[in-house]
Amino acid sequence: MSAEKFSNPVVRWIDHRLPVFSMLDHEKYDYPVPKNLNYFWNFGVLAGLALVIMIVTGIVLAMNYTAHVDHAFSSVERIMRDVNHGWLIRYIHMNAASFFFIVVYIHIFRGLYYGSYKAPRELLWMLGVVIFLLMMATAFMGYVLPWGQMSFWGATVITNLFSAIPIVGESIVTFLWGGFSVDNPTLNRFFSLHYLMPFVIAGVVVLHIVALHRFGSNNPIGIDAKGPQDTISFHPYYTIKDMVGIAMFLLLLAVAVFFFPNAMGHPDNYIPANPMQTPAHIVPEWYFLPFYAILRAVPDKLGGVLLMFAAIFVLFILPWLDRSPVRSARFRPVFRIFFWLLFIDCIALGYLGGKPAEGVYVVLSRIATVWYFLHFLVILPMLSVFETTKPLPKSISEPVLATAKGAA
Amino acid sequence: MVKFLIASVTALAALIGVAGPAQAAGGGDVKLVSGEWSFAGPFGYFDKGAMQRGFQVYREVCAGCHGVEYLAFRNLADLGYNDAEIKAIAAEYEVMDGPDDDGEMFMRAARPADLIPSPYRNDNEARANNNGALPPDLSLITKARANGADYLYSLLLGYEDAPASTEVPDGMYYNNAYSGHLIAMPQPIYGDDVEYADGTPTTPESLAADVTHFLMWAAEPKMEVRKRIGVAAVFFLSIFLIMSYMAKRRVWAELH
Ligand code: HEC
Ligand code: HEM
Repeated sequence: MSAEKFSNPVVRWIDHRLPVFSMLDHEKYDYPVPKNLNYFWNFGVLAGLALVIMIVTGIVLAMNYTAHVDHAFSSVERIMRDVNHGWLIRYIHMNAASFFFIVVYIHIFRGLYYGSYKAPRELLWMLGVVIFLLMMATAFMGYVLPWGQMSFWGATVITNLFSAIPIVGESIVTFLWGGFSVDNPTLNRFFSLHYLMPFVIAGVVVLHIVALHRFGSNNPIGIDAKGPQDTISFHPYYTIKDMVGIAMFLLLLAVAVFFFPNAMGHPDNYIPANPMQTPAHIVPEWYFLPFYAILRAVPDKLGGVLLMFAAIFVLFILPWLDRSPVRSARFRPVFRIFFWLLFIDCIALGYLGGKPAEGVYVVLSRIATVWYFLHFLVILPMLSVFETTKPLPKSISEPVLATAKGAA
Repeated sequence: MVKFLIASVTALAALIGVAGPAQAAGGGDVKLVSGEWSFAGPFGYFDKGAMQRGFQVYREVCAGCHGVEYLAFRNLADLGYNDAEIKAIAAEYEVMDGPDDDGEMFMRAARPADLIPSPYRNDNEARANNNGALPPDLSLITKARANGADYLYSLLLGYEDAPASTEVPDGMYYNNAYSGHLIAMPQPIYGDDVEYADGTPTTPESLAADVTHFLMWAAEPKMEVRKRIGVAAVFFLSIFLIMSYMAKRRVWAELH
């Protein structure tokens, strides 16, 4: 679209020299989007919204927060009590972090179900996994900042994992801590990195979107758009549909922030950090629990750490583990069953990660862990070979036309 | 799609459920009684009378051992006290100030802007006076325990004779709400410990409920305004959701 298209002279003047309006216009009208996307395609935009909310509330919190072991906890209480609407900012930041993970987990499972990781979207998917890793690092460090009991002990347990690395492990831990235990230097560097990482995430998100726009969105039936009859413009169709998702997201977030602000947190984090007193059970934030379960399922520390990282690494190589040419689970009856088993398996891992590592919980964690890896390393490659898939529709518009009214 | 949605919602519920029991874990067979709290629910509010009585219980019973370090006298306005009353309450306490022009620290009567002084200067003094046990600061206690209000209420009423199988060491007491049942805090409330300024008759239950009410406010003083804004926000966002959905239907209807 050329600059002459804009009626506003200021816009035209700017666009001639700095074509940002043309770029926006291009995304809004010329970027073709499959017409059959369901509401699961809202979650990318919702993740972006969550990132923005986190950055904005985080910057305000940082204006009032003190990164020092003697003052961190009370500075947070000051935010809750004395800073105007500080309680609101903090509760939004706390709960939006959880919502961010809920949204991204749904986003990931959407990709798994509809085969969005397959060619030609492998890099798009892998950038997503990078974002996921960065999110986990950011959230982990953020949780340390209020310097409550779980902050301190969570940080101690997780950073100690690196000591499992042979030979250099201990030195790495000392390096991470900036000393010989989790202490003031640790808190300071975590604060610095916690402020930095969201902007790194934002950068990777830009790459994620660039990769997305190379081939456009996948869609629920997983076949490529074959022409203009299969696509619609992003605006107004998907802007308005995203608006519905945003409204729903904000509504649920408001319910959490205003009525259950601490439901997803741990009460022990309202006890100031005390290096002399270990809590009865050290549990990480809920969104880490599946990985925590995998970590503890292995009797050997190094093995546990390796397996935990492997759990994310299999996502990286997923496009090459699942070689089936059919993307969407709609046409893969056997894959679909295993998808739901994996889904249940992940929930089970999350549940087990919150339980003490003893008795039947350990056994179940092991079974669930084995299943997780079996799914990616054995079942998916086998399905690629042995599964009989259902016939694919000729194009997107055919099934859409067939169910014209109910589809959207 | 619908299946996926239902499953996701169930999963979410399960996850939130996971977080709950994970937190409560550790107690074992503790008994919780639940009080009837005016602050519960989306329209919950603090009862000023109960908070004033609870503050009195705190001052006359708990304050001997526990501080409320995040509360300043000025915060007591939330309890319904006016400026003059708050000044008078503050004036009953002494706080350290200084250094003065000669470089000396000195004691003076507290002012509304001061924090309510804690009973001990530091943890060591607190332990020295309590058989080695540390009475925790109470300003966040209802948020620092699972089911805070009910837990505190149950703890205060939970003292009973130990079952024959349990040996209670010196300086420890048996409490059916405390994790592990052996607590270093002697039973603080018997029922006639306080004579309420407003003449309300006292029972162990009423004293425990009132001090719980006060400490719930101490931990979450912005709860009332939070819930008030919350009701408006949820109302507004519901309308926003309905309107977005209607607009979406309208726009998409043009497609076919
Ligand atoms: C004689 C001193 C004393 C008095 C008076 C006292 N406490 Fe305590 N309290 C303690 C000690 C000591 C502990 C630590 C117990 C332990 O660690 O076993 C404690 C612990 C507690 C706990 C923490 C229990 C837990 O879950 O860890 C609460 C809550 C509490 N007290 C509330 C109160 C309230 C409310 C009052 C007033 C009604 C009160 N206390 C009066 C000495 C006292
Ligand atoms: C900050 C976090 C993230 C943001 C802001 C984000 C943003 C987006 C957006 C806006 C879209 C297009 C809309 C949609 O399809 O939902 C998208 C698509 C996609 N994202 Fe993400 N994303 C994030 C994290 C992730 C993660 C963690 C993964 C996977 C591990 C991932 C994988 C994908 C894939 C495969 C697509 C294409 C889906 C398709 O077309 O079917 N994303 N992302």
